[in-house]
Amino acid sequence: MKNCQILSGFFNFLKITNSLCKKMSSPAPKSPEQSVKSKKYDRQLRLWGDHGQKNLENAKICLINATALGTEILKSLVLPGIGLFTIVDGEKICEEDIGSNFFLEVDTLGSSRAQIATQCLLELNPDVRGDYIDETPEHVMSHTQDFFNNFTVVIATALSEKTLIPLSKLLWEANIPLIVCRSIGFLGYIRLQVKEHTVIESHPDSENPDLRLGQPWDALKEHLDQIDVPNLDKKTRSHTPALVILYYFLKKYREEHNGLLPKTRLEKLEIKKMIEESIPSDEHGLNLLEENYKEAIHYVNTAVTPLKIPSNIQEILEDESCVNLTQNSNPFWIMCAALRELVQTDGALPLRGSLPDMASDTNSYVALQQIYQKQAQVHAEIVYRRADQIARNLGLGQDAIIENDVKLFCKHAAELHVMRTSCIADEYEKTNVDLSSYLEDSDSLMFYYIMFRGLERFISEFNAYPGQFDDQVEPDVLKLKGILSKLLNEWGCSHALRDERVHEVCRYGGAELHSVSAVLGGCAAHEVIKLITHQYKPLNNTFICDVISSNTATFCL
Amino acid sequence: MSETVESSQKRWGHLRKVLERPGPFCHPEFEPSSEILDFIMTSCKILIIGAGGLGCELLKDLALMGFKQIHVIDMDTIDLSNLNRQFLFRHKDIGSAKAEVAAEFINKRVAGCYVTPHFCKIQDYDEEFYRQFHIVVCGLDSIVARRWINGMLVAMLQYENGVLDQSSVIPMVDGGTEGFKGNARVILPGMSACVECTLDLYPPQVTYPLCTIANTPRLPEHCIEYVKVITWPKENPFNTALDGDDPQHIGWIYEKSMERALHFNIPGVTYRLVQGVVKNIIPAVASTNAIIAGICATEVFKIATSCCVPMNNYMVFNDVDGIYSYTYEAEKKENCLVCSQIPQELPIKDPSLMKLKEIISLLCESVIYQMKSPGITTTIGGKNKTLYISAIKSIEEKTKDNLNKTLTELGLKDGSEIMVADVTSPTTLVIKLKFMNNDVEMN
Repeated sequence: MKNCQILSGFFNFLKITNSLCKKMSSPAPKSPEQSVKSKKYDRQLRLWGDHGQKNLENAKICLINATALGTEILKSLVLPGIGLFTIVDGEKICEEDIGSNFFLEVDTLGSSRAQIATQCLLELNPDVRGDYIDETPEHVMSHTQDFFNNFTVVIATALSEKTLIPLSKLLWEANIPLIVCRSIGFLGYIRLQVKEHTVIESHPDSENPDLRLGQPWDALKEHLDQIDVPNLDKKTRSHTPALVILYYFLKKYREEHNGLLPKTRLEKLEIKKMIEESIPSDEHGLNLLEENYKEAIHYVNTAVTPLKIPSNIQEILEDESCVNLTQNSNPFWIMCAALRELVQTDGALPLRGSLPDMASDTNSYVALQQIYQKQAQVHAEIVYRRADQIARNLGLGQDAIIENDVKLFCKHAAELHVMRTSCIADEYEKTNVDLSSYLEDSDSLMFYYIMFRGLERFISEFNAYPGQFDDQVEPDVLKLKGILSKLLNEWGCSHALRDERVHEVCRYGGAELHSVSAVLGGCAAHEVIKLITHQYKPLNNTFICDVISSNTATFCL
Repeated sequence: MSETVESSQKRWGHLRKVLERPGPFCHPEFEPSSEILDFIMTSCKILIIGAGGLGCELLKDLALMGFKQIHVIDMDTIDLSNLNRQFLFRHKDIGSAKAEVAAEFINKRVAGCYVTPHFCKIQDYDEEFYRQFHIVVCGLDSIVARRWINGMLVAMLQYENGVLDQSSVIPMVDGGTEGFKGNARVILPGMSACVECTLDLYPPQVTYPLCTIANTPRLPEHCIEYVKVITWPKENPFNTALDGDDPQHIGWIYEKSMERALHFNIPGVTYRLVQGVVKNIIPAVASTNAIIAGICATEVFKIATSCCVPMNNYMVFNDVDGIYSYTYEAEKKENCLVCSQIPQELPIKDPSLMKLKEIISLLCESVIYQMKSPGITTTIGGKNKTLYISAIKSIEEKTKDNLNKTLTELGLKDGSEIMVADVTSPTTLVIKLKFMNNDVEMN
């Protein structure tokens, strides 16, 4: 891992020197040759970038049980190019497997399911390596103690309760993420377990720009102060960026209000009105605001805000792992500690450094853009030097912290995310589960969570799915009801499950419908990609998919 | 081996459980029986439109849900950039027809399944072709194609004394994805909201004003767009139209955009961005495609078997932050252009000022029409008259003078009907003009 980071730093260095050479030698840059990989993965590189892809290519994934659901998950990981997968499955291929699993061939009946699934999946992408172990997960666990510790993520399907619990404990201790999935009839379940997972790039769907007009640093202040907005000629004025206009009126507003910023809605309305009325009406009495003036009014809400650390970020900065660093602290927490020091002195996060597009002539916009970028660089530099120092003080190697990583970290400082789920073994061994708040709503998909738990008990007790045999459907309904009421009793819940839900699950008799597994497989694979790339926020922590009504729900258990 | 025997095979045990047993959430008309699987395997004909990211998944899903009579239609050939998600294709297949390679793969892998490929445009077929299917499922990236097939299925509806003949309804299941987001919906043409009823759900395409890209570029996209729309036609470097799939063309645009960006000091032009802007590339991953296709295939199975009530009727999905979905009932638009039986009226403020070209731009820009290049004809004094058609060059030249004529000059009257043809619909739309200032003129 560390080696890769060093390499990535080295490549970035090469890129920089390359582009410098280009600039110096010829004004007309040559178009770069694109590698086959960047062409093949183009559509996904636009989402998680080359650095996300590199994490994928270094990832080693373990799949326990190559059920239809299992191979569907691996399919959506092999295609985008994970490094390696290993399938652990002791089953032999049966007819029903062939009817539901796309990655088994018709004439392989009776062969090792792990072996054939591995072969069929490897056909999808020559960049991926794969192997298999034709043994049950129980066997592997008891014979090779730390076998599962070698993986980036472990995925399990159709795993029995009695194997799940020790596996969950094992991976929890090793801090290796575990995803457990089940697909039955029109229902699906995904549970994610990760002791600690950190994200720098959350890719929020929308976020406010980071413009800080209320707290301009020297360079910005100097730049904005020298533009005398009311005395600009009409043409120049119409090409002046909204920020410049807003800053001018903000200054005026502050002169009239003891230097205070507009905070309340009314105060903001006041400055908006100032901007609006600064343009005299034309001969028809019409007040036609130009685009940049409209934008200036719009930016009152987002560009003029008091400096504040978002509470979720504050929480991260006060986290045990951030405050008490050790030699085992990873770069994320070292960077957080450095960030914490910047926040303590500046009272603000590092400047993001990007400027949204706004009506303007090119030069005015670019000049402003450069001022924002430069300040962001200054902040990133401070955080980098601090983080580097902290790493050295901890006795870590001098390459523990990479400058480009710090830049990325600072740019996304407002969207950092730390996730710690509960341990599955704890969830299963806990008896004081309080689900009552969910169960008030009789349509809550929480009832299906309980159903899945009951289902697993049933399988452990009777070694079959409820309703698996045609002549046992009705007796199994009664047995499953008994198990469910026992479970609810253990948890101290007074609610009962609607009979129809129990009947529906027994109707399935353990049937795995391919299209439902395809939905779940996509969902689970996607969460695995988030875990590997450390981008986007993963599921926390239990997902129920009800394809009967086409609804889904997430519960944090 | 007869199909009846096959449907009773152990291989299909999973499907048989949900089809041969009663359940509380089934459609009221569901009667569990082995005949349902038999129907799926022997008679039920499905059309998959698109053999791309969603189409490959749909083929696999439906084949393993027991469907055997599957047709797939796609006009595209396989490109290297498809291989990260279109899992029925291999490197050696690059350049071959998607529909054909996909069909061959499924037929080989899923014994007994018979996929028929159609390597052509959906517009190449008429009603007769589409009428043979029980259900149509779309995995398209084009809104125009989606609207066209929707229009086709609505046009095939039969009404008797204003009452819909339900046997003429061909259900349409439609999926779409963009990056980590997607949607899936079930349309019962004539009965529930159709694509046109909810046209406002499609976000408008990002466009850059010409004056910005020419005079005040600020973003790398502005520089690229300028080279694409101004420099390329002017310099015509390869004596041919710009082809986003030709690396030489993209290379040229990249170099010129870089020059322009350097000149203006604008950072951020990259080869990837150039490609993205020129080809209007939508990011795509295997996982989200698998999810949306899986939902669509499940709905096809529900509709075909009644073993479960279909989705009602629109699902949005997003797995950027955790996994989120929301299902709601999109409402049928009472005066929908396509699926309502209500004649369309277009209010005209002043026919002596309104020019034909303004009608055309209204048809293109209005949220409810969103047409691409409408051609307009009418009847005046019982005679057909072409007002404007841009698609055929000779007619375009003969009719372009009409663009600057007002409706009055063209001889159109209050209540005149114009017939509008556009790529977004297989049928012509009849619009009745309603002159608002009629009373004033009479006075």
